[in-house]
Amino acid sequence: MPVYALPDFTPAVPEIFLAVAAMALLMFGVSRAGAKTRPVAWIGVVILAIATLLLEHVPAGRLVTFNGMFVTDAFGTFMKSLIMIGSAISIILAMRYNEREGMDRFEFPVLILFATVGMMMMVSANDLISLYIGLELQSLALYVVAAFQRDSVRSTEAGLKYFVLGALSSGMMLYGASMVYGFTGTTGFDQIAQALSAPSAVNSIGLIVGIVFVSVGLAFKSSAVPFHMWTPDVYEGAPTPVTAFFAVAPKIAALSLFVRVLIEPFGHLMVDWRQIIQFVAVASMILGSLAAINQKNIKRLMAYSSIGHVGYALIGLAAGTPTGVQGLMVYMAIYLFMNLGTFAVILTMRRDGHMVEGIADLAGLSKTKPMVAAALAILMFSMAGIPPFGGFWSKVFVFQAAIQQHLIALSVIGVVTSVIGAYYYLRIIKLMYFDDAERPFEASGIELGAVIFLGTIGTVLLGIFPGPIVAAAQTAAASLFPG
Amino acid sequence: MTNWPLLTLVTFLPLVGAGFILVMRGDEALVARNARNIALITSVIVFVLSLFLWSGFDSREAGFQFVEKVDWVPSFGISYHLGIDGISLFFVLLSTFLTPLCVLASWISVHNRMREYMIAFLVLETLMVGMFAALDFLLFYVFFEGVLIPMFLIIGVWGGPRRVYAAFKFFLFTLLGSVLMLLAILAIYFQLGSTDMVQALTFKFPVGLQTWLWLAFFASFAVKVPMWPVHTWLPDAHVEAPTAGSVILAGVLLKMGAYGFLRFSVPMFPEATHLFTPLVYALSVIAIIYTSLVALVQQDMKKLIAYSSIAHMGFVTIGIFTLTEQGIQGAVFQMLSHGIVSGALFLCVGVVYDRLHTREISRYGGLAERMPRYSFVFMIFMLASIGLPVTSGFVGEFLVLMGAFQANTLVAFCATTGTILGAAYMLYLYRRVIYGKLTRDDLKTMLDLSPREMLVFAPLLVLVFWMGIYPSSFLRPMQPAIGSLIDHVQTATRDSLKAAQVAVAVEKP
Repeated sequence: MPVYALPDFTPAVPEIFLAVAAMALLMFGVSRAGAKTRPVAWIGVVILAIATLLLEHVPAGRLVTFNGMFVTDAFGTFMKSLIMIGSAISIILAMRYNEREGMDRFEFPVLILFATVGMMMMVSANDLISLYIGLELQSLALYVVAAFQRDSVRSTEAGLKYFVLGALSSGMMLYGASMVYGFTGTTGFDQIAQALSAPSAVNSIGLIVGIVFVSVGLAFKSSAVPFHMWTPDVYEGAPTPVTAFFAVAPKIAALSLFVRVLIEPFGHLMVDWRQIIQFVAVASMILGSLAAINQKNIKRLMAYSSIGHVGYALIGLAAGTPTGVQGLMVYMAIYLFMNLGTFAVILTMRRDGHMVEGIADLAGLSKTKPMVAAALAILMFSMAGIPPFGGFWSKVFVFQAAIQQHLIALSVIGVVTSVIGAYYYLRIIKLMYFDDAERPFEASGIELGAVIFLGTIGTVLLGIFPGPIVAAAQTAAASLFPG
Repeated sequence: MTNWPLLTLVTFLPLVGAGFILVMRGDEALVARNARNIALITSVIVFVLSLFLWSGFDSREAGFQFVEKVDWVPSFGISYHLGIDGISLFFVLLSTFLTPLCVLASWISVHNRMREYMIAFLVLETLMVGMFAALDFLLFYVFFEGVLIPMFLIIGVWGGPRRVYAAFKFFLFTLLGSVLMLLAILAIYFQLGSTDMVQALTFKFPVGLQTWLWLAFFASFAVKVPMWPVHTWLPDAHVEAPTAGSVILAGVLLKMGAYGFLRFSVPMFPEATHLFTPLVYALSVIAIIYTSLVALVQQDMKKLIAYSSIAHMGFVTIGIFTLTEQGIQGAVFQMLSHGIVSGALFLCVGVVYDRLHTREISRYGGLAERMPRYSFVFMIFMLASIGLPVTSGFVGEFLVLMGAFQANTLVAFCATTGTILGAAYMLYLYRRVIYGKLTRDDLKTMLDLSPREMLVFAPLLVLVFWMGIYPSSFLRPMQPAIGSLIDHVQTATRDSLKAAQVAVAVEKP
């Protein structure tokens, strides 16, 4: 193809639409500054819904465009759908919260949309350059939403902390990317894979260093130990709907990128990066389960819980097989529902006109709000991996992949930490069911109820009928592995 | 009637009842009354339906009957596969039999959140029946671990003063055991290509792998049985659980571990079973003697019965690993008998606890004067627990000891001391509670059994004598299944011994 010809836009239609629509929404928002922001938010949700529909109409199979910078395949479509669901629901979760906390500015949904475009770029990146552009587009929007509650010291601190550490990790990643470029002579994933398929390339120490640095950057973005330090502070400080968003969409995007980078260009070096991933997975699981035990703030608890979950999902990547990637995808799909449901419950925790965030504030919830308590109990059992809920299957499939690859030690550590982790999930159930009632929370509105319902039903249904999503993930995972 | 998915119906009907209770509206007293009515009706219907399983069961058949199979997660070969054989039939019946009694026993003793309580019990019933009927590893695991949820809530919400500690200990102990089993199940999947238990029963696993798989399953089942030294969760859970919770815990949940040995460990890993039999013997004998001695010094009635349960389950594990027909039959029979008798004993404790709100033995004494009917009922179950002839306890213990003498005399001898100690602590308990002078004022006002309580005890009494006098109606259906199990294990071990001899012969020039 001549260089000056227009690239084929069809694979990127959802991204292009989303980007253009987000800019149009920004104009729309500016034109009615000062007015209510709810219409803007709802339009944002509709835009995401349309983009999801467009995603379904992208031609099937592996398509590469923009001179090999951009790729779509079944894996990307699956992960992008999850990301867009996560983003849309985060916007819905934020509406009422933003109004009550006096931070209802129309930029919020717009920023979420831009972040979503960035995440979709990350998932579809097929070149180190496009990877970095996607990552930065996402990150810049996220830094701003983390500090969105301008008058709150905690929120601005969270935004700043996220920015500084995020810039550091971007730098490391860029350094790693330059090493990779230096030792392979190309930035395209396909070309890197080709260069590495030669046996002589495998022993290059510089390349290994490059991969380590790229992995560090990706581990930071997916908040895996030992690059998790920002997570608890940012989760605690950011406004709760933003935390909900952080816990879901960017995490799925970062893990998708992790999977694509390690499996596609660096697939031939699996022996090398598997050690890194195993270590990161084990460390995340252990820290996620132990550090959460003593937390008093529920958002901090969820931060550690999400660190643990990333550890489990990375087991699937450590396996490095289609089964493993499938396990990771199922894990993230179920994780999405569990987390959105849980954060919707956290958003209902409001007394005397203020949000409360102490775990102890949940005491006796089963008496004051039995349905919400039952939903949260289901979500917590699911997070702990107890059948018959979705969280059980997500663990089953990643452990299955690990056992297949004879990663026995990794699996045993995984299940043991899941038992330790069960303790703090049970503690929440204990507070709600075994303890005496605190004063009830204020009424929380229909949107939160709907999201709680959706999250819980999704978790239960995926637990009872995991078949369809597993089959979908199977074809999607297969698309990453040629031949 | 034959085309009905009877097993599915028995398994999931309680959930329908739970659904009805869930959607009920109205003031609290009305909801409570309706909740227990619905729960009782549902569980009785389920019990009646499960009797059709028994009547439709072909006692000459060794394989699985009432089989149902539907794809569940086809891409991983996981299916919804139910079926029962002579062994699981009676555990299903035990579960469906005890649930209505539990509902009835909780009629007035539960004061708060009656609706949630009844839902928990109905969900528990579904999970128990499903677990005994499951023929797919992951389906089994879902039920096996799912049981933890309602039981955790039952202990934690309606339990005694240390309920939180007991509920957590129960949950985490059992969970730690079962997650290792989950890994073993996944390993089996890669050997087998599916998670079908029927296939696994005839599959020959590599001997080296068997050892690890056996240990992983053992971790799970040993906690559940419970075997010494991982039994410590049981006394706590029993003491803190409400009466009906203790009944289900002792009656059915403890059987899940031993059932697991019988269903998985022994037939699927025969060589490993052979290897580890001494370990099981040792742990069981320690359990019998040690926990019996501990039971002797207990001050709390429930704790005493809890320790006696551990001792009785020691007999069961010995019986299973004798791998003789008498031993295994005795083990299964002992489990059924223990399910009825220990359940009944917990109900007996519940009766006086409801009146005096204490389980301390020293607070009682001389109850025979005021409560003759209660004393009689208590006596029967106490004697059945000791293993007096004509009661169900005798048949089980006798068969187990007979099997044990064939397999290992020393083990049998040690186990026999357990029966003597058992008589000691049970009679001692009975003497302190029932006999003596009635001195305390509050005891003098205690009422004898109410008609509702007699209704709860009547079927248990009938069963204890039925099982003791005519055990054949229970032993006959399980005979073919146990027979084929023993054949299978013996052929497998013989083959591997032969193979080992051949290998040795080849190595020697």
